[in-house]
Amino acid sequence: MANRQYELVYILPPDTTEQQVTDLHGQIEGVVSRMNGQIEKTDNWGRKKLAYEIGHHKEGVYVLEVINGTGDLMKELDRRLRVIDQVVRHMIVRVDEEKKVVERTQTKRRTESERRRVKRGLPPQRQPGEGRHATDADETEDDRFDGVEV
Amino acid sequence: MAFGQSRSGGGRGRGGDKKPGDKEKGQRRTLFRRRKVCKFCADKIDDINYKDVKLIGPFVPERGKILPRRISGTCAMHQRKLQTAIKRARQIALIPYVTD
Repeated sequence: MANRQYELVYILPPDTTEQQVTDLHGQIEGVVSRMNGQIEKTDNWGRKKLAYEIGHHKEGVYVLEVINGTGDLMKELDRRLRVIDQVVRHMIVRVDEEKKVVERTQTKRRTESERRRVKRGLPPQRQPGEGRHATDADETEDDRFDGVEV
Repeated sequence: MAFGQSRSGGGRGRGGDKKPGDKEKGQRRTLFRRRKVCKFCADKIDDINYKDVKLIGPFVPERGKILPRRISGTCAMHQRKLQTAIKRARQIALIPYVTD
């Protein structure tokens, strides 16, 4: 229950200073730590052009936070971010489940390929310089055509 | 089947504005067929993330609509994941809802 991971993205107006960004980050950190969560990663994407205008803004400062915590924490965070006028837009996404699925498929693919390679009498990992890099690409390209190209 | 329809329409001498499109489609089918491959399956991309605009971008044409499966050739599972990724990216203004 408690081991959920969320991603929080928020957009600030383009004229926000570094100080304001860190202030807001501190505010969020306070809420998170008060409710027994932790911030795993913070990523400032900097100023980016918005795909559409939000409240007369054409650009925005994007900040991504990866937070471990409960649903209640995120609910609280969501409510607070709604209240703060400075935040132009924010979004919270739960990511732990998808992450798990991705990991599972990746390990499955790796073990499967290792199994096949061992069966063929090769070392389980692909060696550097092995395989056909250039020809490989060509072949897959050809494979996509099954008609006559004119 | 589409070919037969267009021919009968032509014989009766009506549906003139509809015919060229049908004909073109028929012609194309016979001359140039390309098997569509799901990009994500082919490139073994497991994670379709809303933050990755470079990956999603080609599936959102100028108008801003999501490219349908019948055109892009994406498999059902990946189209579903792509869809949620695009919708999320739209929410935080990485991709437009509409452009005109």
